[in-house]
Amino acid sequence: MRIATAKESYAADEALFDTPTQRVWLALFVAVCALFPFTANEYWLYMACLVAIHVISVTGLNIVTGFTGLVSLGQAAFMGVGAYTVAVAETRFGTPVLLNLIAAGAITAAVGAVVGIPSLRVKGLYLAIATIASSFILHFVFANWNSVTHGVSGISLPPASILGVEFGRPFALYFLIVPIAFLAVFSASNLFRTRIGRAFIAIRDRDISAEVLGIPLLRYKLMSFALSSFYAGVAGGLWAYFFRVVTPESFPFVYSIFFLAAVIVGGMGSILGSILGAVFMTMVPEVLKLGVGVMSPFLSDAVALLSPVRTIVFGGLIIGFLIFEPHGLAEIWRRIRRFFHLWPFKT
Amino acid sequence: MSDVSEPILEVRDLSLAFGGLKVLTDVSYTVPKGSVTAIIGPNGAGKTSMFNCISGFYRPKSGAIRFQGTDIGHLHPPQRAELGLARTFQNIALFRGMTVLDNIKLGRHAHMKTSLFDALAYFGRARREETELRAEVEEKIIDFLEIDHIRNKPVASLAYGLRKRVELARALAMKPKILMLDEPVAGMNREETEDMARFILDVKEEWGVTILMVEHDMGLVMDLSDHVVVLNFGQVIAAGKPAEVTSNEDVIRAYLGSGDVEVLRRTVQGEVAA
Ligand SMILES: Nc1ncnc2c1ncn2[C@@H]1O[C@H](COP(=O)(O)OP(=O)(O)OP(=O)(O)O)[C@@H](O)[C@H]1O
Ligand SMILES: [Mg+2]
Repeated sequence: MRIATAKESYAADEALFDTPTQRVWLALFVAVCALFPFTANEYWLYMACLVAIHVISVTGLNIVTGFTGLVSLGQAAFMGVGAYTVAVAETRFGTPVLLNLIAAGAITAAVGAVVGIPSLRVKGLYLAIATIASSFILHFVFANWNSVTHGVSGISLPPASILGVEFGRPFALYFLIVPIAFLAVFSASNLFRTRIGRAFIAIRDRDISAEVLGIPLLRYKLMSFALSSFYAGVAGGLWAYFFRVVTPESFPFVYSIFFLAAVIVGGMGSILGSILGAVFMTMVPEVLKLGVGVMSPFLSDAVALLSPVRTIVFGGLIIGFLIFEPHGLAEIWRRIRRFFHLWPFKT
Repeated sequence: MSDVSEPILEVRDLSLAFGGLKVLTDVSYTVPKGSVTAIIGPNGAGKTSMFNCISGFYRPKSGAIRFQGTDIGHLHPPQRAELGLARTFQNIALFRGMTVLDNIKLGRHAHMKTSLFDALAYFGRARREETELRAEVEEKIIDFLEIDHIRNKPVASLAYGLRKRVELARALAMKPKILMLDEPVAGMNREETEDMARFILDVKEEWGVTILMVEHDMGLVMDLSDHVVVLNFGQVIAAGKPAEVTSNEDVIRAYLGSGDVEVLRRTVQGEVAA
């Protein structure tokens, strides 16, 4: 059981990790992440990189959908914008990797802000449909703006290279992607300790009162969309360096549903939820693949079933969590933690 | 004193309609600086709509609203909030996803400068502003309203009376020059009402904030207000000192007309005589 902590000052109380126990856990987690590549095989490194990319994108989507209450089904298309930005910058201009990633974020943020404009007038289902429409427009651009995107054949990239170090294999990429994911999550956590994060949540809970209390809705809704898209853009840029080929097929609409599912399963309006949701949802297809492996001796077309089954499972998870655990895995995690904090005293 | 001091808020010939429904018709009155001004009137008289016009949430058909001598008719609600027009809502409008502390802090939004980049890094200005705000909210607002014990609770878990108090706290965090309270004691028990009355008087006297309140509790109106405006079917039918207003024939008829005969006898005559 943990003993209640006396707060020394308001500044200490405002800190992100305000108890020594939390700091110890964080340090431990960072250490495990740093040592992981030296113990894991290629497959697990590949999965870790993918999870980290998804963590960035899901955190971004959670900012606009979970925290600001604006449903977006364009996250995959936004990642596409980031991925193409990096692919073009890398192959045409050969600009530095980090600069390319920032450009990917910035350009996607601008696109996201434009896509977010309908949010000033419409909410809920209508906004969802508006973002779906935008994402189909973006796909059209990816497939048809031949001079830039090379149409359906897409763009292949060389491996990322920073100061002569090449990030080709997952082992190396891990050290590029995971620190950026840490930075992304850390920044998002900071955001919700300030007036900007409060404004987002206020807009989600009661937009009209928020406006009367001093929050300009136009500016903050667009800011939320832009920031969320910045995250998607960076995630897409890393995706491009990770898979090294970007085509219009790389970011299908179902990928946007995947991100929305991750937000819902992890926990809307929770940073921890974004991480848990990204990990969980990235692992689901892998578990299904395992299942297919087990089934294939008995079921001749088990492999062909994989894709539809995956879509059904995503949908089922969204519905199941919305009904039974609307606060997602983050809430389940909190309950478990509370149990151990109070243990052996019963709650 | 409140009669001679300059008005902080002036409403001139304000009219508001929804389709064919005239909600406010040529409403004029002034709120003297440093006063407690009450707006009373039967249900549906247009009191809340009046507040919504002042906040900028409803756009009046015609008329002017002057705050500290300048017309604010063209300003958006957030700009009005920044000028010092703070309010609470009749049907409590707290943010369910936030703790009490964050709800209160939100009130300060318009007066803070933290940019998106400051916020993401939580460095420099963001850290300084948030720490200062926390200290001020703790020392000036939470202590004053005696809500220390609930500061970290989610607002959804609070009892009704406490929610109203948190709403007041949030409005105080807005650095109000004029505080608009829409039925601050509706649904409260006697003890809660007395607490609220004490807070309102303290805000007026110690913080120097002008109060404009809508209230049905005539006892409270008689006790607190310097100035009363009576609204009926969207029109001002009387204005003046509390005692003058409650002995006004039109006012009595308005309440009789609305069917609140017993309520009226008890409140107006009983309280005024007492
Ligand atoms: N947004 C709106 N659309 C249409 N009609 C409205 C709207 N807002 C208010 N009204 C109407 O305006 C009239 C005045 O309502 P308002 O809420 O201002 O009354 P009130 O004096 O605050 O009453 P109460 O004492 O019950 O709070 C009512 O007839 C109401 O139905
Ligand atoms: Mg009302």
